[in-house]
Amino acid sequence: MGGILQIAYKLLVNDRPKYVALLVGITFAVFLMIEMTSLFAGILARSSATVVNIGASIWVMDPAIQTVANTIPLPDYVLDEVRSIPGVKYAVPLYSGSALLKLRDGTYQAANVIGLDDTSLFGRPNLLTGSIEDIYGENAFIAIRDSEFYKLGNPNVGTEFELNDHRGVVVGIARVASSGLFGVPTLYTTYNRALQYIPNTRFTISYLLVEPKSAADVPAIKQRVAAAGYLALTKQEFIQKIANFYKYQTGIGTNMLIMTVISFIIGLSISGQTFYTFVIENLEKFGALKAIGAKGRELMLMILFQASFVALTGYGIGVGLCTLIIWMARLYLPDYAAMVTLSNLGLAFVMVVVIAGISSYVGVRRVLRIEPFDIFRG
Amino acid sequence: MAGVAIQAAGLNKWFGEGEARTHAIKDVSFDACFGEIVYVVGPSGSGKTTMLSIISGILRPNSGSVKIEGTDIWSLGADALAEFRLHKIGFVFQDYHLFPRLTTAENVAIPLILQKKGWEEALAEAAKDLEIVGLKGRAGLPPVKLSGGEQQRVAIARAIVSRPEILILDEPTASLDGDTGRNIVKFVREHILSQDRCIVIVTHDSRIYEFADRIVRMEDGRLTGIDRGTLNAQ
Repeated sequence: MGGILQIAYKLLVNDRPKYVALLVGITFAVFLMIEMTSLFAGILARSSATVVNIGASIWVMDPAIQTVANTIPLPDYVLDEVRSIPGVKYAVPLYSGSALLKLRDGTYQAANVIGLDDTSLFGRPNLLTGSIEDIYGENAFIAIRDSEFYKLGNPNVGTEFELNDHRGVVVGIARVASSGLFGVPTLYTTYNRALQYIPNTRFTISYLLVEPKSAADVPAIKQRVAAAGYLALTKQEFIQKIANFYKYQTGIGTNMLIMTVISFIIGLSISGQTFYTFVIENLEKFGALKAIGAKGRELMLMILFQASFVALTGYGIGVGLCTLIIWMARLYLPDYAAMVTLSNLGLAFVMVVVIAGISSYVGVRRVLRIEPFDIFRG
Repeated sequence: MAGVAIQAAGLNKWFGEGEARTHAIKDVSFDACFGEIVYVVGPSGSGKTTMLSIISGILRPNSGSVKIEGTDIWSLGADALAEFRLHKIGFVFQDYHLFPRLTTAENVAIPLILQKKGWEEALAEAAKDLEIVGLKGRAGLPPVKLSGGEQQRVAIARAIVSRPEILILDEPTASLDGDTGRNIVKFVREHILSQDRCIVIVTHDSRIYEFADRIVRMEDGRLTGIDRGTLNAQ
């Protein structure tokens, strides 16, 4: 069977114009599909940055919360209520808000401020410079070195700024797993300092971070929190809830889906048409092969191989091109939110297989229908 | 003359149904033997291509039988018939039907590759047959770089590469000028025909009749006569 496939391979790649057209069609489609889905994946990943970076097992929040950014403050008694649940190992408050900074050069810059529980500093970032104890110092903040870090003027330890007319000083530089979605830098401080520096409503706790005694306690904790009128979600559930909001309630998901479908249709159109022309041009030759003694399944195999080969080659080039573009984009746009995941690679692969399947189906039908007698008849 | 290679008996073939039905072959019977070249001649529409297709296992007759070396080919299943053609029958098509994207050697090797022979082995055998047809040194060229006569020789090399007992040539001179066509058929007569091979040629080119052992004449789907070729007459 190898010889037949070798013939199929040579027929395909030696027809340079069509081979290139097929590759361009598939590559273009794959590039667009992966670029679109990667952008979406990047947006989704960044939308949950705080949840990922803090890393708590269970998050307690107001049931109306849609994303981690739009917090609805919780009353203090909820903290006491949650701490009294038997399966809770510990529970700490978290502050998450935004503030306007005045930098040393006089420019203003919005920033996320995360206030960690003063006692435990649960959810602390990994410090690159400085010491975590310094966060208890006067006016102390830790700056996060993420894609937005430069917007703080690339501060060092000791760099000062103003936050709502309060003096702030950078006591450490840290890194976190994921940058935020909205293009603003992040500062960490203690919970109480965050409350002092940022004006707040009567209730101040953004989220309660809960660690259960065991995984088996999670359902009971969720049940008790729900009975109190609040919502407890595991880390993954919260990430999913945020993702669902962006997918289904913002239009981003729909737009990405439309673009992905358009990419698929473009790829299918170019590749299908070109492959069909390729088969039609060789139809008489396939008929001659049939007359000589090739069986229908051998001809079918040749066409399937050609379609699969061009699809997989185009897929590989498309993935490589997309990765290159994302890499280059990040060199110039550090906050470029695109992330190539196994899921969107898989999705693009399935779509390419469908393109190859549809393209070869039409070709196979024509080849199987050709009668060797037609070759004699001319 | 050696034994009977092809026995066609009571062949009938019609196309279409009802008023549109055309009776293309009407009760045709004839034999062809090993070691001879049989021409099937007649005007356009006389049914010679249809008859050729039936005896080569490509077009199923409505009635009648075709035996090649004693095997009733139309009793075989589709795969078995394809396998039979692959091993027993070589085809030279009117328009050659060479793959322009393959080299001449690769074109010639196709029947061997279909027989599951290794790629290199098939190409080596193809190169030998290209030598036989006088195209030594052309193995690596694409067919489009060759003249019409040379392409015809490539098609002949492809037809004989698997050493078939039956060789079918459809209008071998139709796309060639007079001298080239004559030389091709002369070459077939002198180098391709052997005592264990039967060659059937469909043609309406009277200039090559001299190379026939027998000439089967057809008109309006009927066999109107079987003559001895001028070669035998001389």
